[in-house]
Order: sequence, then C-alpha cells, then structure tokens
Amino acid sequence: MSYVVDRRLNGKNKSTVNRQRFLHRYRKHIKKAVDEAVTKRSITDLDSGESISIPRRDISEPHFHHTKGGKREIIHPGNKEFVSGDRVPRPQGGGGAGGSGSGDPSNSGEGIDEFVFQISQDEFLDFLFEDLELPNLVKRQLQGIESFKYVRAGVVNDGNPAKINIVRSMRQATSRRIALGASAKRRLRAAEEQLKLLQEQDSILRDKRKEDELENEIIKLRRRINKIPFIDTIDLRYNLHMKQPKPTSKAVMFCLMDVSGSMNQAMKDMAKRFFILLYMFLKRNYEKIEVVFIRHHTSAKEVDEEEFFYSRETGGTIVSSALKMMRDIIVDRYPTEDWNIYGAQASDGDNWNDDSPTCREILMKDILPRVQYYSYIEINPRRHQALWREYEAIEAAVPHFSMQQISEPGDIYPVFRELFQRRPAHS
Amino acid sequence: MPMTERNPISTGSDWTFELIQDYDREIGRVAAEFGLDTYPNQIEIISAEQMLDAYSSVGMPVGYNHWSYGKHFVSNEQHYRRGQMGLAYEIVINSNPCIAYLMEENTMMMQALVIAHACYGHNSFFKGNYLFRSWTDASSIIDYLVFAKNYIARCEERHGVAEVERVLDSCHALMNYGVDRYKRPYPISAEEERQRQKEREEYLQKQVNELWRTIPKPLGKLAHEDVIRFPEEPQENLLYFIEKNAPLLEPWQREVVRIVRKIAQYFYPQRQTQVMNEGWATFWHYTLINKLYDEGRLTDGFMLEFLQSHTAVIYQPPFNSKFYSGINPYALGFNMMQDIRRICENPTDEDKKWFPEIAGSPWLETLHFAMQNFKDESFIQQFLSPRLIREFKFFSILDDDVKRELEITAIHDDPGYRYIRERLSQQYNLSMNEPNIQVFNVNIRGDRSLTMRHVRHNRRPLEKESAEEVLKHLRRLWKFDVHLDSVQDDKIVECFHCRESGFEVSTPDPDKELALIQKA
Repeated sequence: MSYVVDRRLNGKNKSTVNRQRFLHRYRKHIKKAVDEAVTKRSITDLDSGESISIPRRDISEPHFHHTKGGKREIIHPGNKEFVSGDRVPRPQGGGGAGGSGSGDPSNSGEGIDEFVFQISQDEFLDFLFEDLELPNLVKRQLQGIESFKYVRAGVVNDGNPAKINIVRSMRQATSRRIALGASAKRRLRAAEEQLKLLQEQDSILRDKRKEDELENEIIKLRRRINKIPFIDTIDLRYNLHMKQPKPTSKAVMFCLMDVSGSMNQAMKDMAKRFFILLYMFLKRNYEKIEVVFIRHHTSAKEVDEEEFFYSRETGGTIVSSALKMMRDIIVDRYPTEDWNIYGAQASDGDNWNDDSPTCREILMKDILPRVQYYSYIEINPRRHQALWREYEAIEAAVPHFSMQQISEPGDIYPVFRELFQRRPAHS
Repeated sequence: MPMTERNPISTGSDWTFELIQDYDREIGRVAAEFGLDTYPNQIEIISAEQMLDAYSSVGMPVGYNHWSYGKHFVSNEQHYRRGQMGLAYEIVINSNPCIAYLMEENTMMMQALVIAHACYGHNSFFKGNYLFRSWTDASSIIDYLVFAKNYIARCEERHGVAEVERVLDSCHALMNYGVDRYKRPYPISAEEERQRQKEREEYLQKQVNELWRTIPKPLGKLAHEDVIRFPEEPQENLLYFIEKNAPLLEPWQREVVRIVRKIAQYFYPQRQTQVMNEGWATFWHYTLINKLYDEGRLTDGFMLEFLQSHTAVIYQPPFNSKFYSGINPYALGFNMMQDIRRICENPTDEDKKWFPEIAGSPWLETLHFAMQNFKDESFIQQFLSPRLIREFKFFSILDDDVKRELEITAIHDDPGYRYIRERLSQQYNLSMNEPNIQVFNVNIRGDRSLTMRHVRHNRRPLEKESAEEVLKHLRRLWKFDVHLDSVQDDKIVECFHCRESGFEVSTPDPDKELALIQKA
C-alpha cells in the first residue's frame, strides 16, 4: 500500500539556516570577494547578486585519507590493446589512471581549487556596506522615536460613536428601507387600487367580503411597512483613521555631477559608479531619505535618477551653476530645521578659472553651514587644477568637508569607504 | 512475444496524482508477483528547490543544522543553476514507511520508472539485505533524527551555536571512524533514547571519573598495572572511544558525539552496498516496466522514452573516455543481476563450471538469496562471471611507486578472471580503501595523551595536511595531546604529534619503538 503526498506546498527553504551558517562562517572570505567584485562590476550589474569564490582548501572538511605512494592496484573497464604483463609509462600529473584521485577532471572554466557559489543582491549589499555609515547624523537619530499623524482611510462597519459618518449611515438606512419595503409597498398600492375600483362600483354590486379582505390587507401591509426601522445598527458607517508614521528626521542627499565635454566617457563611468554606490547605500540604510540629482556643464539641471546616470551631454564647465542650484533647492524645499542635508560632488576638476573662487564662496557661505557633510571626488589621473586648490582651502577650514581623488575604477570603493567610514558619534 | 491487446494506463506524458496511484498499483502488483517484499511506501512529490534541500541534508528528511550542509546546498544550487548538474530524479530513504521523493518536473514515464526503481527496488533491498536488517532500524530512524535535531538545537540554545559547531566539526572529521565494522549495535529508538539519555549522562561521567581517578592506589598494584595498556585491545570506533573515555568532555558533548556516531552507523550499510543496491533497483525497474509492457499496459512511446533513460543510467564509459570517473555502480550492479538471471536460465558450459551451484537454479530465488546475504565486496567475489569480465573488458593496473612504470597485471582472459574478480572485490572493501586507524594506547598514568596507530596497507602513506587537521579535531575532543604512529611491516615509520604547542611530524628511532610493539 502506498501513500502519495503532495509536499510541494511545504516550505522550500529548509536549507536557509544551514546556508546562513555557512555564509557566516566564511564571511571574511566573502567580504574579500565582494570587495574585489565591486571594482570589476559594471554599473548595471549592481542590482544582481554576485558569484563568490573561495579557495577550496579553506573550506574543506578534513578526513583521513591516503596520498600518492605505496602500492595500488585498480581495475578499469574498457581495455583495448593491453595484455597482461604490459608496462606503460606513468601518466603525467597524477590524474589519469589514478583511482582515489577524487574526480578532479572536468569542471573546466573555473579553477578546480575554487569553491564557487552565488549570493543574492541583498547579501551582496550587506557585505558591501558592512560597517559603513552615513557620517554624523547629528540632528536627530533616524532610528529614534517616530511620531504619527492620523490620516483618513475610508469608511468601515465598526467604530466608536464619535466617528459615525452620518451621510453614509443615512444613505445606508434609506437603501435598506427601500429594499425591505419594496414588495410590501407594491402590494399595498395594488390593494388600494383594487379597493378604490371596488368602492366606485354600485353598492349593491359590491363584494362586501372582498372589500373587507382588501381593507384588512391594507392595514396589515401598512403595519408591516411601518415596522421597518428608520435606522438600524447595521446601517451605521464609521470613518476610519489610520496612524501613519511621520518621519521626525529626514535626510536629503544631493548628487552633483559634471557631465561637460571635458569629462570623457571613462570618467563619467567612474563618477556614475561612485554615485550608484552612494545612492544604493542610502536607499538601503535610510528609508526616509530623498535624493536630488543635479548634473551640470555650463548650466545646471535637476534631473531624475535615470537621466542622471544614463544621459549624455557636452559643453563647457561652470561648477558654480550646480552649487547655486543646490543652494536654491535647499532654500526652496529643504529647510534645515527639518532636514539633514548631505552633498556629494563628482567632477574632473575642470572649471572656468574665474569660477573656482565663486564655488568656494558659495560653498563656504551658503552650502556648508546648511549641510551635515559634503564630499567631493575628483576623477582625474592628471595633476590638479584650480578647483582642487580652492577646495583644499575649504577642507582645511571645515571639518565636515572631505575630498578624494580617483584615478581608476579600482579606486572607487576604497575612496567610498574612506569618505563614509564609521565615525565616532560626535566629531 | 504473443501479441497482447494494448490497454495502456495512460498515453500522455503529463502526470496526475490519480495516474501516479494507478501506476503504483500496477507496478506494485507486478512486484508482488515477483515476490518483492517491501515496506509500505510513502511517495512525496516535491519541487526542484525542495530536491536541492533534500540533497544537501544527505537525504535525511530531518537534520540538525550545520554549516557543512549549507556548503553542500550552496554548491549544488550553483551547479544546478548553471546547468552543470541535473537533479536526481528521486531520493529514497531507508525508513518504515519507505519515503521516496519524486520531482514534479518528471514526466509520467519518469515517475513510473522512479516508483519501480525506488519504491520497489531500493525499498525491498532495504528490507531484505542482511546489513540493513542488522545495522539499521528503519522504523525508528525518523524519530531518532528528530530527537537529534531537537537535542542539538537545545544545546545551541544553552551553550551557543559556535560551541556546538566546534564539537560537530570535530565529530564530522572522524565520522568515518565512528562505525562498528563487526559488532552489531542495538537498534536505536527515539523514545528510549530520550528516557535513557539523562541516565546515561550521569553514568558515563561516573565511568570516566573512575578511569581518571587521581587518588593513588596501593603501591603493590601499581607495578602490575604499568604493563596493562588502555584500551586493552585496539579500538576501531574512534568516536565511540571518545564518547566513553574522553576525560574532559561535558555530558552534552558526549551526547553530540553519540548522535554523529549513530548517524554514521546508519549510513554505513549504504556505503557498503552501493553496487548491489543500485544494481538491484535498476534490475527491478527494468524487469517490472518490461513486464507491464508485455501485459500491454504501457504505450510504445512510453517504452522508447524509458529505454533511453535506462540505457543512459547503465552506460559505462571506457577508462580512456573523458566521461570516465570510475566504475559506474549502476552499470556493474545491473549487469551482474541480469547475468545471475542468465546463468540460472540459460547457463553455458563455462557458467556450469564456474557456478555449479546456481547454474540452472530458479532465478528468482537465487537472485533474492544474493540480494539478502551479501555486500558489494562479497557479492562481486561470489557472482562476477568471466563473461561479464569480458563484456566490461576489465583489466588491472598496478601502480607501485618503487617501479618506474605501471604494470598491467591481468586482463579479461582465462588466467586473469580470478585475479580480476579478487581485485575488483577488494576495491569495494571499505576497510581497505580508508586508512586503517585505531586507538592504540592512552597514557593514563602520565600526560593522558592518546596514541593512535595507522597500519599501512601496501605502504600507502597518509595525506599529511588532512591528517593534521583531523588530529587537531581529535585533540579538541580529547583535550590532551594526540599522537598518531604510522606502522609498516611492524615498524613505526612516521609519527604525527598534535600537542598544545602545535603539530609536528617526526621519524622515530626504529629500535625503541619496536620494543613498545613487542610489549604490547
């Protein structure tokens, strides 16, 4: 006798715990692999997982076993030309005729000594952003207590008397009365008509019995209609209010990027990677955060994420245009008492020479007093230009301003980490 | 073949639960006609993801948590995703009722094949073979696994995951040395296990305390005891020895050692009967499905698909093929089972000379006898026929590190048959393939160090790197120094020491060490 059981609906993630333990045990290895991966990856890959390889010997489970040497005799199938007593040279590399050489062949492509597996995007990002934190989130703790506000959320059948929605309740009552009384009313009307016809007839011809009957029915129906309650408990409707969390601490991140002609494709790519990392980092760590993307050449423009990363522009460079725009947006939309403001700027360092002092002025006077933190990365393998020198003066003067230079894609991640290193709570 | 009227159970390739039941009923009916004695079946339909889960827990339906299972899962998943590995169509568990997992992706033909293979083939093997009968208790294994899972989860709560993991790591390293090869263990029962577990903890600790008493005994006795070795006989079951004798293990740690040991013991018969078990199951899926076809219950299309899968399963690539990775147990097993039937039904003169006692005997009885009373090693020694050796074109290569070249010692010809059969049988002798390592001595009056002995067979040395790792694990359980002596021709040729200060390999002074052996 057999039983057939459908287990497909049972949980399919029986191995989750074991998998997590494995990842935990080898997190150092995985971390290293993730760090390497991020420098090699292209932007569009960042929302996929990553395949991680770990040296196989690091994760092997040891057992006693034999090694080469001694005397060994093995039976193989498929003899073609050997006869007993034949001698053949020992195959090179030990594999070949080796029996206990634990199936080394095949598996070409990846090195045999690597244990390769896949981690998901979430896991990848967890490893990537481990021990990174937005600096000095001083105004209010994001993880702090949230306040709530009540918003209307429709109408429901239950509630307390204070929240009765009168219009909806009355409408409900009316329709109920119509529905319940309709047939009685119809019959009442018919009966009254009949009675009227009857009463119009000559009194001798009248059917007295029928008249009584009709009159009785009319009384009965009237009574029945009157019995339908004007309003009933089932008619009552209540307004529903729901608690909605109101962020007490909000942050906005400004991403400024130079897309002018002097930025070549490789530089733009690097800048993009930096912002993508930044953006994903923010999205991941802070739910209540807004990001403003400003790109500029000779004039600045606020764009959405898609356009920021994926559209191309050419032209000269006036950095201060972006800074002015940032300033205006801050004044317009992000009052400093409500928002923590962060700025990140990427550029190749090119600027109209007489514009750089303007940049410093705007930053020092209008922007830096308003922001929590401002970072500048210069993507430039060559020597620095005027903008860098101006910014160096700012860095010396303002503690919450930092700058770094990136010259090749491999630099991005270390710089990123440097900029956003976990810092002591008050610095 | 007489023409039978076709009355197929189904014609399409999609399965339904009703069809699975219909096929199962029909296959079960035919199996009973052939006298297959099985546990009741529990057929579970699972998805591919669940199959991956089942894979990584080594086929145990319930398992305790450990990172190594996660590692298997991750690597299987990777291979599967990349398409480097197909999933097994089935996993079957030696339990009562016998649990078989069928994948939902299978076609109807595949489900029927798997039912015949697992639910009637493997199932009857589990129930009939002497190793399984005497070493495993199918009715209690699931209960025991549940007990083990819960126990280990409780330990994790109490002592922390990391602590438990360390003990498990060490036990896993010694898992192959956690089986009794000759003694038959008591069947395990979860209920009893729970009741006895507490008693055992206390009792065990007392035993251990007794062994490690530090209060000196009267002087007169001491001289006598000096000569007595502990253990008196070398012990092959390292985990058992540790469970009972390790001086400083906590009671819960002893129980963890015991759990790993019990599970190792449960899987031991499977490792010894791979060829027979797969051969038997393959033989029966082939025979049962063919019988149903002869009865007209299967369509021609079904049969073609079936034969294609079947031939793929029993394909044996030759030694120089790039697909070759040793002898395919399905191929060898299936062909041997078929061959036994042939010897019974149509013996040649050669067969009559080689197998006088079975040539011409009723095949069904002979085959059952062979299934019930052998393991791979003895099965091959007893039943591998010259004809099959010729068909497989077996030949034997001797690799001796003192000679420059490899030597072909025997091939599939008259003088070679017996030699090949003997060698092939040895190839399936687990105790020949795993290094022979036993507990030899414990210095109970001195530094409490544990000395193990590795007896080299055919001068084959231990792999040092892994030996070092395993000895470290052993030291973690024993908590005092551990030594391993490699013995060849009654001489100690190599010593491994795992001390608190670190690991060391030394070559001993031969004369001094020899004296110790002689005393022993």
